[in-house]
Amino acid sequence: MRTIRAAVTGAVTLSLVFAATACGGGTAGGSGGSNSQPKTLTYWATNQGTSLEADKKILQPELDKFEKQTGIKVKLEVIPWSDLLNRILTATTSGQGPDVLNIGNTWSASLQSTGALLPWDEKNFGTIGGKDRFVDSALGSTGAPGKDPAAVPLYSMAYALYYNKKMFADAGITKPPTTWAEVDAAGKKLSKDGKWGIGVEGSNLSNNIHQVFVLGKQHGADFFTPDGKADFTSEGAVAAVKQYVDLMAAGKIVAPGNAEYAQNQSLSDFAKNRTGMVLWQTPQQTFAAQGMSEDQWGVVPAPVASGAPGQGAQTNSMVAGINISVFKNTKNLDGALKFVKFMTGDEEQILLNKTYGSVPPVKSAQADPAFNSASLAVIRDTLAKSASALPQVPEESQFETVVGTAVKELFADAAAGRPVTTESVKAKLDKAQQQMPKK
Amino acid sequence: MTQTAVTQRSERAVRKAGPGAAPAQRRSGRRRIALPYLLLLPALLLELLVHLVPMVMGIGMSFKELTQFFIRDWSSAPWAGLDNYRVAIDFDAPVGQALLKSFFTTCLFTLASVALCWLLGTAAAVFLQENFRGRGFLRTLFLVPYALPVYAAVITWAFMFQRDNGLINHVLHDQLGIGDSPAFWLIGDNSFWALLTVSVWKGWPFAFLTVMAGLQNIPRDMYEAAALDGAGVWKQIRHITLPSLRQVNQVLVLVLFLWTFNDFNTPFVLFGKAAPEAADLISLHIYQSSFLTWNFGTGSAMSVLLLVFLLLVTGVYLLLTTRGRKASDA
Repeated sequence: MRTIRAAVTGAVTLSLVFAATACGGGTAGGSGGSNSQPKTLTYWATNQGTSLEADKKILQPELDKFEKQTGIKVKLEVIPWSDLLNRILTATTSGQGPDVLNIGNTWSASLQSTGALLPWDEKNFGTIGGKDRFVDSALGSTGAPGKDPAAVPLYSMAYALYYNKKMFADAGITKPPTTWAEVDAAGKKLSKDGKWGIGVEGSNLSNNIHQVFVLGKQHGADFFTPDGKADFTSEGAVAAVKQYVDLMAAGKIVAPGNAEYAQNQSLSDFAKNRTGMVLWQTPQQTFAAQGMSEDQWGVVPAPVASGAPGQGAQTNSMVAGINISVFKNTKNLDGALKFVKFMTGDEEQILLNKTYGSVPPVKSAQADPAFNSASLAVIRDTLAKSASALPQVPEESQFETVVGTAVKELFADAAAGRPVTTESVKAKLDKAQQQMPKK
Repeated sequence: MTQTAVTQRSERAVRKAGPGAAPAQRRSGRRRIALPYLLLLPALLLELLVHLVPMVMGIGMSFKELTQFFIRDWSSAPWAGLDNYRVAIDFDAPVGQALLKSFFTTCLFTLASVALCWLLGTAAAVFLQENFRGRGFLRTLFLVPYALPVYAAVITWAFMFQRDNGLINHVLHDQLGIGDSPAFWLIGDNSFWALLTVSVWKGWPFAFLTVMAGLQNIPRDMYEAAALDGAGVWKQIRHITLPSLRQVNQVLVLVLFLWTFNDFNTPFVLFGKAAPEAADLISLHIYQSSFLTWNFGTGSAMSVLLLVFLLLVTGVYLLLTTRGRKASDA
């Protein structure tokens, strides 16, 4: 009897704990593509429009057009941005992924290192018209240097400074700022009576990274050494992070509440005349959805320390955008290549980028007059002259997480009124660096 | 059909069959013995597939240098020996320090949450034991948090906890005038209290339901006898209700402990991928270590350490409570 009771106790313990902590697992996927299912494709698109439904409505007619042309049916799934990386990782582990997928261009080198994505060698690029069709800066965000790209550019974006014309007029500011000193001065004039100078998304890890990467460039820091090792505590990197958090901590031109923003709330504040400026990539659609017409906001290149935007210390944006990739173990390789050709063709490039408010990374499509509007011309020029790709190293995704979290914690300190000093910034960045995988 | 009827019918069947029916009887006897195992088989197979296999794979991964370079074929990852465990428990380095801090935060959070859930659940169940008008409505109302989908409920809390537009600050700061400025609940130190509030709100109806079921088994005449002997409400609760609920409470506390200790959904939905340090529960911490920094080997080692800890706690708890039960049975 005692044995039975002991066995039951053991079994109950085990089953309860097993139920509580099941560790993850996965199996290896196949290698290389095939054409065993030539009539269907699965496509994971990321959320580009105002909602998942809006994206479906935009993309489905194009997929129908593709089916009419090729006889290949494309099953579409639009995936929220916050889930996309995890979904791709899961698909990589299980080998059960889509045939074609969108990825954030900053993840290219990280995902390339998993070996799950089809390399775009000369032959594959040849099937979609060659590498020369694409803008150089966009090609810079498709994988590690010296390797065949893991993706093809699809939509291009860059950061610019958007300003609220009414708030600027009310505060007596006549000229939109182009340097950080001017941003500070304008911010101070705007920050009164419950209104604030500039908006940030303090809890959005990716956005934090984009901003501090650009400021890092302006301070001569890259966050990675040339041989790809994490270098988060260099003088320039610390100065960059401090400068960004100081917009709230020392400059007091950012509302403390922005420290918990991660869902584009700063765009809503901007549209409701609560914040005078935002640094953003192509927010036109969101402004319109919030009831703001095009004449109510203006746009200028994102600020630099002094002078005009350009290369190196004058970098004022990261190369933002979406790439399209083919899963290496697709069962319809030919169809997948045809689909990428279709999506990067001039006609679709003009149509889709126009709809999403982005700029085509395809040179011939970029020449379309639709991309000559004042706001898109700023983005186009930034991409051509003064934007840099985030470090194309396998650990880029981890960098976004650990440094993005450090910046989030520093914003929380600033919002709570705790001092943000060079030492506290360095300590957070040091902790972040030690969390990176050892090389 | 009553038990007596079943027995009589089988006895009649045996008499009718006579001595010549022995092999058939044996066959049906064997079938009867095999039946429970057959019925258990699907559950055992599923348990094997859903929990045991991934767990064994997870243990295997914890001994490998598993990063993004190998996730496509994790079995090809180089052997790491105990390196992942060394990194996880090196409390002088940031990874170990953060894990230890997260562990203590989780312990504190679990103790507070389980205690409050049990207290609220028991109080509500005892309160609703008496028959009064509106009892049915209150019972249903109290179960609402348990019935709501976790994601929808927690995201609503996340909206309510927003600093500038949330309901919590509207009531506490704008209406009641507490604090000089509206507090942050989703970042900084207060995030612990926000998480605890949501956890208790979500967890106490289960305690309520379980205790209410346990209360149904206590004979009413015990209370009547105690009342006749002059025992008041508190004495009745102390000497009848709580001792009678002992076995129910033992299971309840264990289940609440395991659920709360491993709660992933609540902090993930409330704070997103990167929880504030004050509310960095261990399950989300391990998720971050595995899936956001892509150190799957270290993440697996952390999971195994957590598994060992929970096995120990649960084993000791069950041992103590069954020993206590044996002593009281004797």
